[in-house]
Amino acid sequence: MSSKPILEVEKLNVRYQTQDGEINAVADVSFKVFSNEVFGIAGESGCGKSTLIKAIMRLLPENAKMDAHSIKYKDQEIDCMSEDIFRKEVLWTQISLVPQSAMNSLNPVYKVGEQIVEAIQAHTSQGKKEARERVEELFDVVGLQSEFMNSFPHEFSGGMRQRAMIAMALALDPGLIVMDEPTTGLDVLVQERILRRIREIRKQIRSSIILITHDIAVIAEMSDRIAVMYGGRIMEQAKSLDLFESPCHPYTLGLKNAFPSIKDLDQELISIPGSPPSLIGLQTGCPFEARCPFSSDRCKKDIPEVVVKEKFHEVSCFRHTDATELREHAKKLSTWHY
Amino acid sequence: MPNMIEVSRYKTFLKNLRKHYQIIHSNPFGRIGFWVITIFLFVGIFAPWLAPHDPWEMQYDSAGNFASLQMPSWEFPIGTTHLGYDLLSQLILATRTTLIIGTVSGFISILIGANIGLISGYYGGKVDEFLMRFTDILYGMPFLPFVIVLIALFGRKLEFVILAIVLIIWRTSARVIRAQTIAIKQRQFIVAARARGCSDLRIIYLHILPNLLPLLLLYASFNIAWSIITEASASFLGFGDGETISWGGMLYELWISGKTRIAWWWFAAPSICIVLLVTSLVFVSRAYEEEANPRLRKR
Amino acid sequence: MALLELKNVSRHFEVKSGLIDRLIYGKPIRMIKAVQNVNLIVNEKEVLGIAGESGCGKSTTCMMISGLVKPSSGEIIYQGKRIDQFDSDEKRFYHSQVQMIFQDPYETLNPRFRVIDTVAEGPRALRLWPEDEIVSRVDDILNAVGLPPLKYAERYPHELSGGERQRVGIASALVMEPQMLIADEPLSMLDVSIRAGILVLLKKLALERNFSCIYVSHDLSILGHIADRLMIMYLGQAVEVGPTRDVIQNPKHPYTKALISAVPVPDPRSRRAVPNIIGDISRPIDPPPGCRFTPRCPYSDDTCSQTFLKLDMNQHDKHLTACHRQDALDS
Repeated sequence: MSSKPILEVEKLNVRYQTQDGEINAVADVSFKVFSNEVFGIAGESGCGKSTLIKAIMRLLPENAKMDAHSIKYKDQEIDCMSEDIFRKEVLWTQISLVPQSAMNSLNPVYKVGEQIVEAIQAHTSQGKKEARERVEELFDVVGLQSEFMNSFPHEFSGGMRQRAMIAMALALDPGLIVMDEPTTGLDVLVQERILRRIREIRKQIRSSIILITHDIAVIAEMSDRIAVMYGGRIMEQAKSLDLFESPCHPYTLGLKNAFPSIKDLDQELISIPGSPPSLIGLQTGCPFEARCPFSSDRCKKDIPEVVVKEKFHEVSCFRHTDATELREHAKKLSTWHY
Repeated sequence: MPNMIEVSRYKTFLKNLRKHYQIIHSNPFGRIGFWVITIFLFVGIFAPWLAPHDPWEMQYDSAGNFASLQMPSWEFPIGTTHLGYDLLSQLILATRTTLIIGTVSGFISILIGANIGLISGYYGGKVDEFLMRFTDILYGMPFLPFVIVLIALFGRKLEFVILAIVLIIWRTSARVIRAQTIAIKQRQFIVAARARGCSDLRIIYLHILPNLLPLLLLYASFNIAWSIITEASASFLGFGDGETISWGGMLYELWISGKTRIAWWWFAAPSICIVLLVTSLVFVSRAYEEEANPRLRKR
Repeated sequence: MALLELKNVSRHFEVKSGLIDRLIYGKPIRMIKAVQNVNLIVNEKEVLGIAGESGCGKSTTCMMISGLVKPSSGEIIYQGKRIDQFDSDEKRFYHSQVQMIFQDPYETLNPRFRVIDTVAEGPRALRLWPEDEIVSRVDDILNAVGLPPLKYAERYPHELSGGERQRVGIASALVMEPQMLIADEPLSMLDVSIRAGILVLLKKLALERNFSCIYVSHDLSILGHIADRLMIMYLGQAVEVGPTRDVIQNPKHPYTKALISAVPVPDPRSRRAVPNIIGDISRPIDPPPGCRFTPRCPYSDDTCSQTFLKLDMNQHDKHLTACHRQDALDS
């Protein structure tokens, strides 16, 4: 992981207009992704992680509005680029996406190889023969046998389709690949092989990866750095090891308690009481406040600023100074459920 | 001591009625339809008191002349027939007949259609095959000739008119309800109900049927509309109920009087009524269509 | 005496090929053997976990135990009596005693029923108690699952969150005071922070109300926390069974070993072995007669594809495996 950021996002906001009001799906999100690293974004449903990435890639629906202080890719502002240039120069060629439920993203009436060839030809000046050779290469990289290029999606298993989507994302050698829930819905053994394959691919190509998932175990295994999102905001971000050894934010502490591990069968599982917040209308205070056992009056009124604790470790919590104490308290059931 | 859970079904029923009112009114067409139907209902219920004259009595105008084929005037707002009968009175009483035949036929047909659809969809297999073949055969039957034959065989009585209409109209709703039943049958909450030990009949009528309500109401309004048209057509051809008069019957009288070209008022009034009522019913069923369409579940 | 026994239970589904295929081309009727010759025991007051990937037959097994699907062969014995030999009273009793909770919280409730209607439906349908007693019990169970009746009884499903709906599902199963609860992946569609709450609730209720539970899941991390004994299934066959801790920390069957080493751990410091397994999953139509794991097993020999060792019913409390190549594995 070198010290030059390949992607820099500063203060990104996304709002949706709906019948019930305005939803603040993403608020004040800032983060960096460095070259040749895996950056994980963890969070539960509704936390804004998918919306965030769709905003950066301009794949938001019509009723969404996005604004950001700046979005830089390789030091270039992509935020203010025109639609045309963005589509031609950035999307797929520089930043590509393996979308959620990618397994269902393949067109069922075309052969899989053809679909990737088409995608390549649409973005480059490569001829059909070159493109097909490239697809063969890619299939090899993702671990699919080349004869499957001529098969249809329904002849592929779930894991194979996922690999095909990863191949498509790699096609144009992008600097950044975003994977949105890449293994959700796949069986354990299939998931394991795909994750292992992704790790191997990393050694071959030098792209960075943003990995979005709600599965804490997957993100722990795969990521170099992790950001934890809740209620549209980033609660904490740090290097993986730091996040697991010395977490500071109460939500992170809660998640650790709630996630069962196969290695620690004696762990006392403690859930976080309450439910995710409604993001409709004006948001005051910290989004986690209602469920936080350590919240104070201030947490209801003001939104905590981002505090840098160490290099790469940032927290948004008023009580970050008491982190060591909070960690101790969070281990007890009585703290969360009284 | 149990908490004060209000298990009152009556309250829930009233709440549901209110919900239906809201559904119909949310749609601008639904609103128009609702009010038009209400007016017709009012007229139909209070017909004998509203009709100014006896519809079968020869009328004389203020000048003392035999009021034959008079155009609409203050005295006879919709004019008179060639025999001097007041058309307004006829219209008002015909409203009652038309409404009765329409609603009764509509409801009976939806009753039959819904039950056949539910049973066919839920049980599948041989039962389904048999019932659907039966429905298919009826599809092949052309309705007007069928109505005519039935009436011709059994006479111009109100019951037979209703019977004939019902036998034709229940078909469409059966198919659609069957399809919906099949879709709902596979959903997890029905599997859960079977796992709890509910009998088949209980599941069909208590668990599946309430989920079909919007669809049923849509088809109910539709069926009533079609019944009215069918009745009007049959009556116009002279196969309506012999004892009372309906809108179609009025047109029949006009036809056999031979005065169609001259007495535009005689033609206009019942026709406009038919169009208005049927359109209103369709509007109301449109309002239900929005409910009946499987919308994305609120998560 | 065990509460529930499955003896040599199988369930086959026919794959329909066209009439012409069969008559002219002589293609035989193909079978999907969703569950094959499974032996299983559940004792009183224990949680048996059944783990396996998709297509392993765990859901079909659940359906057979709950009576929704009939086995193609084999016997299901409840409290010493075969369930296919029940008369209608006993069948009613069985339904009230063996209850199920389902995976999808958004589909598990009838959108037209209020919470109280859903929970009361079982007792009402089976006419277990008079109406006022039913209401009082519903009251009781709603409190027990953490949904105060005054607040929740009259709500409709669309007014509830995923976790709340799942709790309603649990309440409607437990209101009948069953002896056995079958849980078919009840947590997989809930948010991570909510899952722990429901899991803890289930454990607590099982202890308080003395029922056994069959918990089916593909998630071994969850099973590790709730199951007393664990059974692993692969393509319709039961390949290993034993006390949970033993099976997870000391797996005997090659498939179990591979499965456990494949489970990701929420800790960046931990390292796990690469699962020792070959190829992708095979389709469950017309599999080999013996052990179905043979094509993917790195230790298989000739006998493996011909014969399959079934788990011995009488030793179900011990740690058993259906693999006869134990010596090869241990070395």
